[in-house]
Amino acid sequence: MAASPPPQDLSVEAATVIARPSTWQRVRANGSVRVGGTVLAVLVAIALAAPWLGTVDPSLFDPVSRDLLPGQKGEMTDLDGETFEHVFRFGSDSFGRDIYSRVIHGTRVSLVVGAFTAVVAVTFGVLFGLLAGYLRRLDGPLMRVMDGIMSIPAILIAIALVALWRGSLSTVVVAIAIPEIPRVTRLVRSLVLSVREEPYVEAAISLGTPTWKIMLRHILPNTTAPLIVQGTFIAASGILTEAILSFLGVGLPPDIPTWGNVMAEGREQFAAFPHNILFPGIFLALTVLSVNILGDGLRDTLDPKMARRT
Amino acid sequence: MLAFLGRRLLSTIPVLLIVSVLVFLMLRLTPGDPAAILAGDQATVEQIAQIRTNLGLDRSIPEQYFIWLGHLLQGDLGQSFYYKTDVVSLIGQRLEPTLSLAAITICIAVAIAVPLGVLAAWRHGGWLDRLLMGFSVMGFSVPVFVLAYLLIWTLSMKLGWLPVQGYKRIGDGIGAWIYQLVLPSITLSVIYVALIARVTRASVLETLGEDYVRTARAKGLPEVKVLLRHALANAAVPIVTVIGIGIALLIGGVVVTESVYAIPGLGRLTVDAVLARDFPTIQGVILFFSFVYVVVNLLVDLSYVFFDPRIRY
Repeated sequence: MAASPPPQDLSVEAATVIARPSTWQRVRANGSVRVGGTVLAVLVAIALAAPWLGTVDPSLFDPVSRDLLPGQKGEMTDLDGETFEHVFRFGSDSFGRDIYSRVIHGTRVSLVVGAFTAVVAVTFGVLFGLLAGYLRRLDGPLMRVMDGIMSIPAILIAIALVALWRGSLSTVVVAIAIPEIPRVTRLVRSLVLSVREEPYVEAAISLGTPTWKIMLRHILPNTTAPLIVQGTFIAASGILTEAILSFLGVGLPPDIPTWGNVMAEGREQFAAFPHNILFPGIFLALTVLSVNILGDGLRDTLDPKMARRT
Repeated sequence: MLAFLGRRLLSTIPVLLIVSVLVFLMLRLTPGDPAAILAGDQATVEQIAQIRTNLGLDRSIPEQYFIWLGHLLQGDLGQSFYYKTDVVSLIGQRLEPTLSLAAITICIAVAIAVPLGVLAAWRHGGWLDRLLMGFSVMGFSVPVFVLAYLLIWTLSMKLGWLPVQGYKRIGDGIGAWIYQLVLPSITLSVIYVALIARVTRASVLETLGEDYVRTARAKGLPEVKVLLRHALANAAVPIVTVIGIGIALLIGGVVVTESVYAIPGLGRLTVDAVLARDFPTIQGVILFFSFVYVVVNLLVDLSYVFFDPRIRY
């Protein structure tokens, strides 16, 4: 017969449990989160401080200063008609606009698009996922619609919707978010299906708790960690898709300074002035990379089950 | 097997129907007159009226859908006002460049990604493994058009090895055809390599931990055989699956790549149609690409039998 462990052992167990780092501590200690988060924080700071980083109004142009190479000095005329000297750090485009100013201001557009795409996709994904996972009658039809959306390549949905609605910040965000909704829905639905079998949910049901309250109080909190991870990856792909749309000329109107628009303008003269594509390209790649690395780190710490799957 | 084939074929029908409903609704849920949108900006009043009677736009929405679906099933995707031809023959004309690009890209990607993934799993945690994982995160983050211009700048403009842009038909000679497509295919394959290599690495890593691999090594089988016959062969199903799912990524990449390299394929057609707001063509291209995606994934499902004899349908 096995002897029951002495009580001291139990207290040692308890002590080690308490000593385990909290989720937040593990997240902060993760290398990927640190690297990705730091780069992203710098980009956010750049976006916030855009007007004070030696930039001019990104839509200002001066035909005299067309097609300057990076670092060249030229003149710039402001809206009052006053001409001043300006150093074109990243050169100028064929209209004589300062590419540095356009790229720095473009940081704002990209980050806003990424964040809002994630918020919109996650919000609707959670809504549909809860409905599908909890109301069995809705499950079949709703998931078939999601299958349908997933069978259409994401970029085509976005392109078609922007073409129909005409490009503006809100239509672009919604158009990019729609193809991302099914993946969130599937994730939430599968989490709901496993959580609803838990004894505490059954207890809540048997106590007569209303369905909406069970969803909000018992089921939704269990989906937070995987949703943060998923949301990060959606933000990264949203930033990328917006740049692709703008680059193809089907995204935000060309007067809005986005990285995609700057590169689209630089296409014609690429052979002579490759920096028109190079600088916004570096910013774009760096941003998407930092968000992806941050997402990898969050996945490893917040959602270890998913980390093992991929 | 035949019964399964039949059932699996039938199961794609609801998905395709839902895709058709979504594409149909896309236009109907947009403010404005669908007939005017379909006819384009320069249409006359008579042309718009013609489209309206053709599509039965005076009837209820469900009736309109079935009229539209009826046209679709007869292979009628409507008329492109921009290209002044019917959409089906338009897609037919643009098919060859896109298929060529996709086929060469898939070949390059599989030829690079699978060996890389196997080697990375074999030397798990080594320099190649870390390099590959780093590359795959990069591959997902560098936009395909930035990569395209970087490659054009170095390989074509600085070194002069490859042509900058354009397309040669396969009828003009296999050599010229491949030579023109090397650069676009390499560009397009990067993200695909990242995806396939990652999954190959993960699933080979898993099979390498299995008992039969230990047994194979214990009986003195050469390491190459252990890796290929035992580890890779058993890891094939997830790899084939991700190649199928990756087709969606590939289609997205085709749209951008064809645009940068001036290849007159379906991707270029999509962008031109959107810029001209040519909705019959946009609808047709979306339906066509989705159909291809669904069919490819059906084929992938069927290929499981070949890659894993334990699976019997």
